[in-house]
Amino acid sequence: MEIQEKQEFNITVYTENQIGLLNRIAIIFTRRKINIDSLNTSPSEIESIHRFNIVITESEDVVRKLCRQIEKQVEVLKVYYHTNEDVIWQELALYKVSTDVIAEKVSVERLLRENGARAVVIRKDYTVFETTGHREETDNLISILQPYGLIEFVRSARVAIIKDSKGFNSKIREFERMEPGEEVVENEYLNQGQKVFTM
Amino acid sequence: METQALTISEITNQSVKSPKEKSVKSPAVEVSGSVALLDALIAEGVDTIFGYPGGAIMPIYDALFDYNDRLNHILVRHEQGGIHAGQGYARTSGRVGVVFATSGPGATNLVTGLADAQIDSTPLVCITGQVFAHLLGTDAFQETDVINITTPVTKWNYQVTDASEIPEAIAKAFYIAKTGRPGPVLIDITKNAQIQKFSYEAYVKCDHIRSYRPKPIVRQQYVQQAAELINKAKKPFIIWGQGVILGSAEQEFKTFVEKSGIPAAWTILGAGAIPTDHPLNVGMLGMHGNYGPNVLTNECDVLIAIGMRFDDRVTGRLDKYAKQAKVIHLDIDPAEIDKNVKSTVPVWGDCKETLPLLTALVEAKKHTGWLNTFNEYTKKEIEAVIHDELNPTMGEMTMGEVIKQLNELTKGEAVIVTDVGQHQMVACRYAEFKQTRSNVTSGGLGTMGFALPAAIGAKFGAPDRTVVAIIGDGGFQMTLQELGTIMQSGVDVKIIILNNRFLGMVRQWQELFNERRYSFVDIQSPDFVAVAAAYRIPGKCISDRADLPGALKEMIENKGSYLLEVMVTKENNVFPMVPQGCSVAEIRLK
Repeated sequence: MEIQEKQEFNITVYTENQIGLLNRIAIIFTRRKINIDSLNTSPSEIESIHRFNIVITESEDVVRKLCRQIEKQVEVLKVYYHTNEDVIWQELALYKVSTDVIAEKVSVERLLRENGARAVVIRKDYTVFETTGHREETDNLISILQPYGLIEFVRSARVAIIKDSKGFNSKIREFERMEPGEEVVENEYLNQGQKVFTM
Repeated sequence: METQALTISEITNQSVKSPKEKSVKSPAVEVSGSVALLDALIAEGVDTIFGYPGGAIMPIYDALFDYNDRLNHILVRHEQGGIHAGQGYARTSGRVGVVFATSGPGATNLVTGLADAQIDSTPLVCITGQVFAHLLGTDAFQETDVINITTPVTKWNYQVTDASEIPEAIAKAFYIAKTGRPGPVLIDITKNAQIQKFSYEAYVKCDHIRSYRPKPIVRQQYVQQAAELINKAKKPFIIWGQGVILGSAEQEFKTFVEKSGIPAAWTILGAGAIPTDHPLNVGMLGMHGNYGPNVLTNECDVLIAIGMRFDDRVTGRLDKYAKQAKVIHLDIDPAEIDKNVKSTVPVWGDCKETLPLLTALVEAKKHTGWLNTFNEYTKKEIEAVIHDELNPTMGEMTMGEVIKQLNELTKGEAVIVTDVGQHQMVACRYAEFKQTRSNVTSGGLGTMGFALPAAIGAKFGAPDRTVVAIIGDGGFQMTLQELGTIMQSGVDVKIIILNNRFLGMVRQWQELFNERRYSFVDIQSPDFVAVAAAYRIPGKCISDRADLPGALKEMIENKGSYLLEVMVTKENNVFPMVPQGCSVAEIRLK
């Protein structure tokens, strides 16, 4: 068996909005001692349907099994997983620095320009910058601001849009029907495994 | 407080509505959450409840007082006993087991049984009482976070804090518990919701949940590919599990096996789906399974797995498991496909639907030569292990000879309930099953203490059948308080304790792998017959081979429960054995 390399995977979970479901999903990872790098829950394009974006670093084989276990949960409608190349993703970061230091020592304009950042708050005592982007971009601004006494830093969970998804609107109708289509019923990863005789 | 005992259907003079009649409004009546719950249970066809009352479930028990004629509540001695009884009931009857427990310790005592039911796919609905909703999270008396504790060990769970949610929650609970791959569901109901009156209409059974797909759609293309593989196979081998029984597909399975002529072996929970003496039934798989099925797993060219999940006790070392074979996997749970063993052709779906499709496409064949290979291995196993285990003439009695004589007495028609350990392996290896739903054991979780309460439930689930619980001296002491349940309910359960004065399976491993360092396996027991007598259950202890036939006969013929303690060899080992970490082909005969 070939050993697959670990890489970042973006797991998208469409769910009912139900108390306790976050725990049900989280324990699928913790039971296998897998760390969740990032987790975001938000509404989806459909009212009443929630969407989880979960990022983990694992091999595809493990991710596929995890996704099936998640999809097995009663209140989960559908699970997808994608590599970073298959999604458009963003993380948002906030940086608090001393206004005095930053105004005196840094070319703020250049800093904002080069890092695609903007100032959210400027007060006498501190300034808060914000940037959105990939991990490297938000990390980069940390290293730039660190020498100037970065007071506080926070980064949001990742949100990701699937590049070739047509959205969930058409599928939800199938889910609501008593006899939904094949695709709704089955795991999509299995559907992709068409090469059934090439083990 | 209500003084009149009327069910809702009596009040409204309406029967249960099917979902299509949803729009037909029946006059609403004011009922308490507790009455709505019990009415829902009756609407779901429940007749037996295993439970134990307590503070937070008192309103439900108060309502139950008036339902005595319709719901048979069995008072157990411990909630763990209650849930194992529910499991036994579900296993023999094929229906959903129902269990009541109170909050806090009552609920936490269910956890072992929930985990057992979850891993063995047993349909259960457990109702737990909970403290008043306004006390949630305050560390109130007997409050525990049951929902979060039980999340990993339930198929679904839900907390009800408002009485109006009860009918829908119960409807969903039964639907989820019994459909698809079955499993345990827990509904936690706060005390205020049990008391609260609400405007209630007819009970509507659940038959659809948007986000829940009980079974995948059958894809003809995979059935076809599977049939092609089977038809080309020279040495095909069927391995089946409990899925065949859970799907009530025994007949479909038998037809498939007989038409294809393929030798078939079973996992421990699959036992009895086709009779033990069926010519194509080649025996048991796994660590203590039969010689041929294990060795030949690594020689077959097409492995057809039906309703089984490739547990590690079945596969042994995975990277040396059936590598030469193309694997066809029939399962209702998509998460099981490729979980442990990569399949060549996944046939998703309910095997009740997929097996007939497959049978239609496979050619009728007789794999005589290949079947003979199995029979040759059987001969070797009989010589090396089975003959002496079943027919000893000297020394102390063996577990095997007890099972053999039991077979002769019951003619394979009894329900055999086993606990966990050596006696379980011996009983499952040698018990003869003529009927399906005859083998009740804790397979996946390996719960010692399972058998006695499960046997009680098994008898309620199959009241016309003889139920024999076979238990070790260790396991019996884990739940022997349920003798009280037997005494009070008058249920007829035959109990055989195979006493080897050791925690035998651990001792066996210590002998084989830990240089006979017998660390804490030397267990002392009370006088079991005296214990039974204290519960007014007759019994006998025998240690002489000559007494065995008569004692077994006396037990079976006794009207009502009976406890027979059989003193067996102290240091017998269960063989064959696939040592942990070894391939199935490396199975040892001694």
